[in-house]
Amino acid sequence: MSRRVVITGLGAVSPLGGDAPTAWAAALAGRSGVGRISLWDASSWPVQINGEVRGFSPDALLGREARRYERFTWFALAAAREAVRDAGLPEAAPLGDGAGVYLGSGIGGAQAIARNAVQLAAEGPRHLSPSFVPQSLTNMAAGAVAMAHGATGPSLCVATACATGNHSIGEAWRAIRDGDAELILAGGAEGAMFDLGLGGFMAMKALSKRNDAPEKASRPFDRGRDGFVMAEGAGVLVLEELGAAKARGARIYAEVLGYALNNDAHHITAPPAGHAGAARCMARALEKAGLQAEDVDYVNAHGTSTKANDAEESRAIRAVFGRHADQLAVSSTKSMTGHMLGAAGGIEAIFCALALRDQVMPPTINLDAPDEGCDLDYVPHQAKERRLRVVMSNAFGFGGTNAVVIFGAPPA
Amino acid sequence: MASVDITAKLTELIVARFGVKAEEVRADASFIDDLGADSIDIVELVIDIEKAFDLSIQDEDAEKIATVQDAIDYIRDHLPA
Repeated sequence: MSRRVVITGLGAVSPLGGDAPTAWAAALAGRSGVGRISLWDASSWPVQINGEVRGFSPDALLGREARRYERFTWFALAAAREAVRDAGLPEAAPLGDGAGVYLGSGIGGAQAIARNAVQLAAEGPRHLSPSFVPQSLTNMAAGAVAMAHGATGPSLCVATACATGNHSIGEAWRAIRDGDAELILAGGAEGAMFDLGLGGFMAMKALSKRNDAPEKASRPFDRGRDGFVMAEGAGVLVLEELGAAKARGARIYAEVLGYALNNDAHHITAPPAGHAGAARCMARALEKAGLQAEDVDYVNAHGTSTKANDAEESRAIRAVFGRHADQLAVSSTKSMTGHMLGAAGGIEAIFCALALRDQVMPPTINLDAPDEGCDLDYVPHQAKERRLRVVMSNAFGFGGTNAVVIFGAPPA
Repeated sequence: MASVDITAKLTELIVARFGVKAEEVRADASFIDDLGADSIDIVELVIDIEKAFDLSIQDEDAEKIATVQDAIDYIRDHLPA
């Protein structure tokens, strides 16, 4: 009998709010977290909108340690602390050897690289910061969270672009099943919200330019979509072995039932027609979970609001689910959060866990006119109640990487 | 620059860099033992001092700066005329 893995704690920092309950309430209300860029003067930029984490004080959270870390690590620390507290785990005592941290980031601390590149160009190597390397390293979020909570078990940093959060959760599920840990803080963090970071995606023509109506800019599956909205934040979940969770009387949100990963091996950024890689990944995740397509009630789509993704993902869902695709509900919470990149899988897993708890699906907002090829039930505009037993979360990243995680209602 | 001005400016740098209160920055305070700094913090502070006082501090000199007074003495002795 293999070990089962459940979710016992949630923590999130996002454009929808400073913690997971606030983000969930906003998502159920169909509120957009997208606004005008405030972190730098983008008033003359082609793209002037993003999904920023607002009102976040690293000093209040971390005190003097704040300057040691880059923005993505601040968010990871805040979300992890909330998840630990939410799980009813001790905050002051070390979590120990049985506890791990699987926390990745798509981009990591690129600000530190940019600052020091400017410094190097201006003055040569003399005043390069000794904090440059530790601030920029993508695995520093996992390291900082492990230190903050005394988690001396397995630690891993996944960097699979926009699929990072899903891979982290899936690999954590695997590690707990294999007996490498009893508990893992898993998810993703992203905070590369600065001029160069957003400028890079802008140069790819990947971002929405709907500057005059930011809250309408992220519109997955809609005919009028014109790119994704770059966002930031962190989503961290406490994954725990079922017996250990029960033994300490933990509240169980959901169970992690299955996970699969693969690669399109097709193009650096674009999915293949019909997104065959994603379809194979979804099918394999079902197989790993021991489920049939008909068992799935809801899919939290990758749904980026790009021309390339949304129709192809819809086709892939049709290919996997067949006739059940018309019974299934699919939504993209990126319509509200924007695309939190490496953190997306983290917060979307949190939404899946809360959907299972509350038996309600968050909507796809701004879906006024579904595009050609986008012919599923996307839960448009308003959250919808439904009996939910099994939900799937999709994440696909640049580099052709795919990760699908399946969650189920808490075991009886 | 008068010694009192050096102390005031240095205190500002230390407060900003280490996140301590100004009254903790006593002359005999050790950066590591009293102000909670580590080796990375001290390298950062040396860069702050170089920029603020227009100095160039050699690594072997920087390694000897362990207390607030050490820093004040070094700055006073090496300030550009």
